[in-house]
This record gives sequence, C-alpha cells and structure tokens, in this order.
Amino acid sequence: MNKFDAKIPKGPLADKWTSYKNNQKLVNPANKRRLDIIVVGTGLAGASAAASLGELGFKVHNFCIQDSPRRAHSIAAQGGINAAKNYTNDGDSVYRLFYDTIKGGDYRAREANVYRLAEVSNSIIDQCVAQGVPFAREYGGLLDNRSFGGSQVSRTFYARGQTGQQLLLGAYSALSRAVHNKQVELYTRYEMVDLVIIDGRARGIIARNLVTGKLERFSAHAVVIATGGYGNTFFLSTNAMTSNGSAAWQCYKKGAYFANPCMAQIHPTCIPVHGEFQSKLTLMSESLRNDGRIWVPKKLEDAQAIREGKLKPTDLKEEDRDYYLERRYPAFGNLVPRDVASRAAKERCDAGYGVGTTGLAVYLDFADAIERLGKDVVEARYGNLFQMYEKIVDDNPYTTPMMIYPAIHYTMGGIWVDYELMTNIPGLFAIGEANFSDHGANRLGASALMQGLADGYFVLPYTIQNYLADQINVPRFKTDAPEFAQAEKEINDRIERLMNIKGKHSVDYIHKQLGHVMWDFVGMGRDAEGLRQAIEKLKEVKKDFWTNLRIPGNKETLNVELEKALRLADFIEIGELMAHDALDREESCGGHFRLEHQTPEGEAMRHDDQFAYVSCWEYQGEEKAPVMYKEPLEYEFIVRQQRNYKS
Amino acid sequence: MDKDINIKVKIWRQNGPKEKGHFETFPLGNISQGSSFLEMLDILNEKLINEGKEPVVFDHDCREGICGMCSLYINGHPHGPDGGITTCQLHMRSFNDGDTITVEPWRSAGFPIIKDLMVDRTAFDKIIQAGGYVSVNTGSSIDANAIPIPRDDAEMAMDAAACIGCGACVAACKNGSAMLFVSAKVSQLALLPQGRVEATRRAKSMVAKMDELGFGNCTNTGACEVECPKNISISNIARLNREFLKAKFKD
Repeated sequence: MNKFDAKIPKGPLADKWTSYKNNQKLVNPANKRRLDIIVVGTGLAGASAAASLGELGFKVHNFCIQDSPRRAHSIAAQGGINAAKNYTNDGDSVYRLFYDTIKGGDYRAREANVYRLAEVSNSIIDQCVAQGVPFAREYGGLLDNRSFGGSQVSRTFYARGQTGQQLLLGAYSALSRAVHNKQVELYTRYEMVDLVIIDGRARGIIARNLVTGKLERFSAHAVVIATGGYGNTFFLSTNAMTSNGSAAWQCYKKGAYFANPCMAQIHPTCIPVHGEFQSKLTLMSESLRNDGRIWVPKKLEDAQAIREGKLKPTDLKEEDRDYYLERRYPAFGNLVPRDVASRAAKERCDAGYGVGTTGLAVYLDFADAIERLGKDVVEARYGNLFQMYEKIVDDNPYTTPMMIYPAIHYTMGGIWVDYELMTNIPGLFAIGEANFSDHGANRLGASALMQGLADGYFVLPYTIQNYLADQINVPRFKTDAPEFAQAEKEINDRIERLMNIKGKHSVDYIHKQLGHVMWDFVGMGRDAEGLRQAIEKLKEVKKDFWTNLRIPGNKETLNVELEKALRLADFIEIGELMAHDALDREESCGGHFRLEHQTPEGEAMRHDDQFAYVSCWEYQGEEKAPVMYKEPLEYEFIVRQQRNYKS
Repeated sequence: MDKDINIKVKIWRQNGPKEKGHFETFPLGNISQGSSFLEMLDILNEKLINEGKEPVVFDHDCREGICGMCSLYINGHPHGPDGGITTCQLHMRSFNDGDTITVEPWRSAGFPIIKDLMVDRTAFDKIIQAGGYVSVNTGSSIDANAIPIPRDDAEMAMDAAACIGCGACVAACKNGSAMLFVSAKVSQLALLPQGRVEATRRAKSMVAKMDELGFGNCTNTGACEVECPKNISISNIARLNREFLKAKFKD
C-alpha cells in the first residue's frame, strides 16, 4: 500500500504550507545559476513557472508547440479566476474556498493540497494586478467580482469574457521579461516526444523541432510537465486542436503514475454539435449562468414541435417551460456545479424534451435578465460571448434563447504528484491541468486558472528547491549519454513505423472513430457493460490505426499529419486507460457517473467505504494490463457528505 | 437558412521559406454553409490525403477566435471578408455558390513564410520581449485593491489588451508596419498606474525593436484598424506616438 508517499506536512490544516516552507531546503543564488530546469508548456502553469524560476536565477528551458507561448489554450478560458479575497463582504474566507473546492470535487481531492490552493489564491490576484492585468473594476476604482457554479459567494475576478487571455498574457509578459533577461530560453514550435531518465531521475527530454522535423536532445536537472489535459481523446471537445496528452503519456510509459484517468469534466454550456464535419466544440462561459436561465419545454409535444421547426421557443408561455435546474436544486438553481448541470441536461434530452434539430440541446435564456437589467448591461457583461455565439449559430441570443449542450472540457485526472508537485519519478514535476492534484472528481468553474497560476507562481518555485538542493553538486549534463541515444532511437523507430503503415485513412478519420466510442461509452453516463464494450472497441480502433493510417510527406520536414498521428497513438491508449479506470471505480463521483450507482433522485452516489482513494495506474509494458495502486484519501478535517445543492 | 454550396479555393502553395510559391486551385462540392472556413479547409485536406497528396499547411489552434494562431488572407482581407472576427470564426455562409475563394498567407517582410499558408511570427514575441511588460518579479505584491484605478481607464486598458497578436494589422498595412500591435501593448500598460512607471522606456525599446526587425513605418492609412479582428483602435497609435515623443525629449 505505501508504495508512495504524498509527503503531506504534519500539523493543523492552516499551518501545513507555512510549516513546509519554514522547513524546506533552499538553493542559494550562486548554485541556482548552475542548475537547469526544463519546463514543457507555456500555458498559465508553464509560463508562470518558467518566469518565476527564471527570476529566481535558475537556467530555464521552456518549450511550446505553437508559434508563440501566448497561444497556449489557457488563453481561451473565459469566465474568471477564484480567490478568497472577500472584497464583497459576503462571507468568503480561505476555509470556505477550500471547503467549496473539496465539496465541488465530490470529496476525491487531498485536503492539504486544496487548502494550500485556497491559501495562495489571494496572492495570485495581487500578482496579476501588479503585472497590469486589466481586471473589471467598479466605478470606485476597486475590483469587481461575480459568482460561479458551486459557491454561494461572489469570489470570481474577471476581465470581460477573456479572463484566461488576460491572465495568460500577464504570465507571458513575465516570461518575455525573463527571456529578455536571459533567464529563460524559449523553444517555440517544439514538441516533447519523450522523457529521458538517468539513474532513476528525470534528466531531460527528446523534442521534435516541428519546422525541421528533426529530433533534438535537451538535458536538465529537473523536468516540469505543464502540458494541460487530455480532453481531446474525445475528438470533439472545447480544447484547442493541438491540445494533447502525449507528454503526460510519455511520462506514464517511463514509470510515472497516471492518477484518476476516468475523471473528465463535461461542461454544461457549449454550443451543440451540428454536423459530421465539425472540428471542435465552442464553450459558452459558465458566467452566463449568473443571468441566464436554463429550460426545456414542459410538454413532450411542444419539444417535438420545436425540433420540427413548427414552434419557436419564444412562443412558449412561462407555465409551459421547465426550468429544471431551479426546480431540482432550489438553493443553487442555475449555478449548480458543472457535473450536476451537465447530467441534468442529458437527463431531460434523453427523456425526449431536448430542442434543436437533433434534440440534443437545451435553452439558456436571457429574456428575464434583459428585462431586469436592460440590454446594455447584459451586453456589457457578455457581449463578446453573444457575438461569438451569433457568428457560429447565425441566431441572435438577445432575441432567441441560446441553445447549449454539454461537452468535454477539462480533465481532473492526470500525472500523479505528491504535495511538492513531484511525480513518483524523482526530478519530474507536473503542474496545472497536467497533474491530478486539486480538483478531485469535478472542478469548479474559475478554479483552473487559479490552480495553474498557484502551481506556477507560488508552489513549484518553492517545492522544486527542496529537490534541487540535493543536486547542486551534479554538473550540467551532456546529451551524449546512452540514455539519450536510446530514447531518441525509440522515438525514431516509432515515427518510422507510423510513416511506413501507408494505409488508407487520415489521422482525423480514425480520431473521429475514437471520439465516438469515448463519447458513447466513456462519456456522461457510464456502466459496466458499456465500458467493457468500449474496451473491445478501442482495441479495434487501435488496430485500425496501426494498420490503416496514411501519413503523406516525409518525417524530417514540417509534417502536420505526423504530429497529429503521434498524438493520436497516445490518445487511443489514454482512452483505454480511462475506460479501465471508469470500470474499476464502481461508484459515482463528480464527473464520473456510473449509471448503476445513483440515488433514487438520479444524483451521484459515492461509496466512501470502498472508493475514497486516488487510483494510480502504473505502466507495465506494451500489451500488458497496467497495475493500479491506491492512495487513500484520509480526511482529517472535513466530514464527507452527500453533496447537496438543493437546500 | 444555411445551404450546401459548390466552390473553388485558390490556395498559395510554397514548400519552404526560400522556395518559389504558386497558386493551386481546388474545386470543392457540397460544403455546408454552417461549417467554418477552417472546417472547409479540413474537408479539402481530408480529400487531398485520400488522393495521396500533401495537405495544405495552415496555422490554427483554439478555433474560437482568441489564441491568435490562425491567419490567412482571404479574398484580399486578413481573416476574410467578415468584420470583427478571426479566420476560425469565419463561416461559409459568407460565401455563395460558385465562388472562387483566394487564400494567401500573411505577406510581410516581418513574417517569412514557413510553408504554404504558415508564417513565422516570432518577431512579435521579440518586440514584447524588448519591453512589453511591467518589470515586477513574482512575489509579495501589494494588495490588489491598494491602488484604485478609474473604471474608464481600466476599460480602455482592456480594449487595448484584447489584442491577440495575430498579425492581421501587419498583413493589412501597405508598409508592413506593426504599429497597431506595438501601440496596443504600450497603451494598455501606459493607462494603468502599474505600467505607467516604465511607459516611456517601454515605448522606446519596443519601437526600436520593431524597426530592427524589418517592419515598416506608419503612414496613418488606418487599414490595420479596419481589418483588426478585435477592433483595436488606432487611437492607441496616437498614444504610442505621445509616449515615444516624450521619451525622445527626455534623451
């Protein structure tokens, strides 16, 4: 059981982080100059970590697959970032933010990690304001807040509907300054393709230069993975087209545990799927649920008439509408957490009340808000989102209710890390969405930005020193060690193999097959039978991939199809692990909903006596079943309860 | 209502930065007007792959108009004929049955072509690295509410900060000037007390870097503002000029 140690500091909850910092080892400035750190990824977590570590004096090498660090997908986060400032005097505190996050995650996150997250949340806001992030302000010149799902206070800071963009540009500007000061070296259009381990420690990476197609070797004293989540396993998701799980998967194959892979978040408010050619799904910010009301027709015949285009939603009288979230969850109403809102939408659509041509959509209606606040106020709050919606759907949301449906958005699961954000491989760290640490089985809105920046600005720059303090006598590495040659050869062989399949299907064609299996069987509602089917079907997809794939062009050149193929090979295996984990976890919790385990009212039913643990999967080799270890989640400070958003 | 349309796409193909490029025309049938412009290119690439040909290379990522990765000069306009959006937000309902659509990369001395429609925009990163930030380390900053900022100033800063760094302004400019991009960052930070301290130094070093990297001068034609997918105003250029002049007087 004690195969790994989460290294949680002893003592009262509120003192753990302080006592850790007081007792940890540090690296003195002269020694920092001699230590190299590789940071893979330039999103909120990666950019903030690279900048902060560079400022401290470490020599940082920072990689991203886009043409610029500013493009990382954190940029697309819309709604906001949580912090326990309590500027609004509505009863918020560090403890309450901690509690809401633990409860929102359905009691499947570590207490100590989440408390630390809530504790550093306020520093993030201070830091961002100091960088010149233009948060929304009141007329008095002070910062404005709004509320998000899963909490009863207004603790969300925002910059219009572009909070992720502004926070990322803040981190990017800090990173750019560090590059200017020669503290960070940037590698754009580079993709990590393998991790290099020497004597049991992470010592470097192999990266593919996406412009030349050549493999290159990079060494360092520590490697930080900040490459985001694996939501694109589903093909259609709100993630960017190049978002992928490959860096995490390479770490897994080199021995890092993959934790809670089945825990994926399905976001309730996305623009519904409209056709087979569709390439991605667009999120409509959760903040819309502050003022929008979600409903479907109360009568089956009205729903049918709407689907057939014989009736318009605005024709329906108030009493013929079912505001099902307000009906089922009076205390939180339209602001229930994401998993609850998503399942409720699916339940109504499955029961035949869905709208849109496919019947897989519900309404998000602003008519009341426009009447109460006026169109100008609604426009000031959500104008850019309404514009985005109109461009895609060709419908005006000021006059007709928006149509929305849930879509894959975020993965709570990821690389296992301890309290120091280090994986079970010494010297390998994982931060942001790439790790599993803080959101349990469901992430609350506006908490991803908080976690990414907490890890990068305020946690990793401390904890990584506790590791590096023991590395000060290790000289810089050359990359001619046999371990580098071996890793490079393996990835080269893999690329050769892919190029030589010369089959008949494009990468996207097979990725869509993968997506269908995942959405149908490993999506919002899962059961044992379906998961077993999924595992069989995924084997077929894998076989199809390795026998029928076609990649045009050459390997040592810019080759987008080859990049996609390398990622898809990993997505298929990630999908398999997700299905195994989902089958194994015979309970419902947060985003993981097993149809066999629900209360009579259709709510998620946890089994704390059996499943209050983190499932940590260890790779055993090609074609071998992975082994699962359990990290028990012993709660010292909180009593687990059935989540209740009704009263 | 959206229909299916038949179109021709005339696309710039170029194998590498130093190779000679040429146009290639592809007929495409039954494209739903409900699909996005990039989905239309996906369909084209799927077809090319199935025919054993090399797909067209183009930059794209978030596909929701915020990452700034997509580019494309469509029928003579950066990000296409529709206003206030990026290429990834452009939908085929902006085109009619029988249209021939011309697709080119950004063309500017500052953005060399990598392949087909993909260009190198690292010059923008270099300009930001020259000074597009507030010089503050991670650490104990003062409380976020310690300095009140007038709402209108914050809003104006946000208007400028909305720039996505796509490069449409440069592509639209007959001089290949990056002034709108530079001025957006200079303005955002000059309008906020946090950035005010370094405002003149910032303006000077960012403009110097822009000149060094081969971008042209601004002659106030205003094309950048018209084509900017985020409607960044050229009044930012006026503010940049003020900061720049102040810096020069101090020298």
